Amino acid sequence: MSGLAFDILLVAALLWSAARALTAADLFRAVVMFIVFGLLMALAWARLDAPDIALAEAAIGAGLSGALLLDTVGHLRAKKNGSRQ
Amino acid sequence: MKTLMRLLVLAGCAAFVAVAGMAMLVLPEPPIRLAARVSAELGNSGVKHPVTAVLLNFRGYDTLLEIAVLLLALLGIATAAGGDAVTGRRLHGNPQAFLQSLARLLAPLMVMTAGYLLWAGSHRPGGAFQAGAVLAAGIVLLYLSGLLPAPAGPSWLLRLGLVAGFLVFVAVTAVPLFSGGQLLQYPPDMAGALILLIESGLTLSLGLILAALFLWLPDEHEEAEE
Repeated sequence: MSGLAFDILLVAALLWSAARALTAADLFRAVVMFIVFGLLMALAWARLDAPDIALAEAAIGAGLSGALLLDTVGHLRAKKNGSRQ
Repeated sequence: MKTLMRLLVLAGCAAFVAVAGMAMLVLPEPPIRLAARVSAELGNSGVKHPVTAVLLNFRGYDTLLEIAVLLLALLGIATAAGGDAVTGRRLHGNPQAFLQSLARLLAPLMVMTAGYLLWAGSHRPGGAFQAGAVLAAGIVLLYLSGLLPAPAGPSWLLRLGLVAGFLVFVAVTAVPLFSGGQLLQYPPDMAGALILLIESGLTLSLGLILAALFLWLPDEHEEAEE
């Protein structure tokens, strides 16, 4: 029963973070929500008894892609500031 | 008019989700039961974990191409960043002392975790890709906390490390060609050791490649200053 409750919460959190990542007006916020989504997704894979995919999702989906996306946001901000001056 | 458009788009999306959900529920029975065949052949693969057996033995070709593609991606980035003039990004601002001491504490643990993941791959979830990702994260962390100097152009040692995984993989899998075997065919009694050798090379190279993907991006701050 508690497993079912956890799963329902997990699905709700996944949908919420996906929606927030897509609709956030601020790019930085969207990237952070994407990382949250990746970590929740890793949890979902672990719940589905697929620990290999969970590890890969956490390391590459959330960690590496998240870092690269954050980096891109930084570059875009620097560009914007540079063009203003 | 705008509301009508939105409703239409919403209805279309809902219909697509419903159809996709229905399709998932009535998936046809697969013609070949791959999972059963993998467990039947697991004894010959040299490892005890089915995922590693598929990645490094039964479908080793995919993994070989994967590391080749990553290497090519890195070469693309290095070329876009200016070929031999790759100096990587520079750190802007002073990193905090707390971050530095934390990074000093975490770095050895991350190397140990990477080693454990590599070793664990033979009998439980883990493997070269995860270990490489942890290694790369360690390198990036050390760099961001200012403990690792900015990469001053790719040295020969670094280049060797980047291609080591691919070269070891190709060398090990090409050996059977000389004794009448096929590419990617391991002798069953040595398969475990060979897979561990390949995975060690892959871990090192993946760690360096993934870190370099992050660190070799052209630095726009510098361009803006110039």
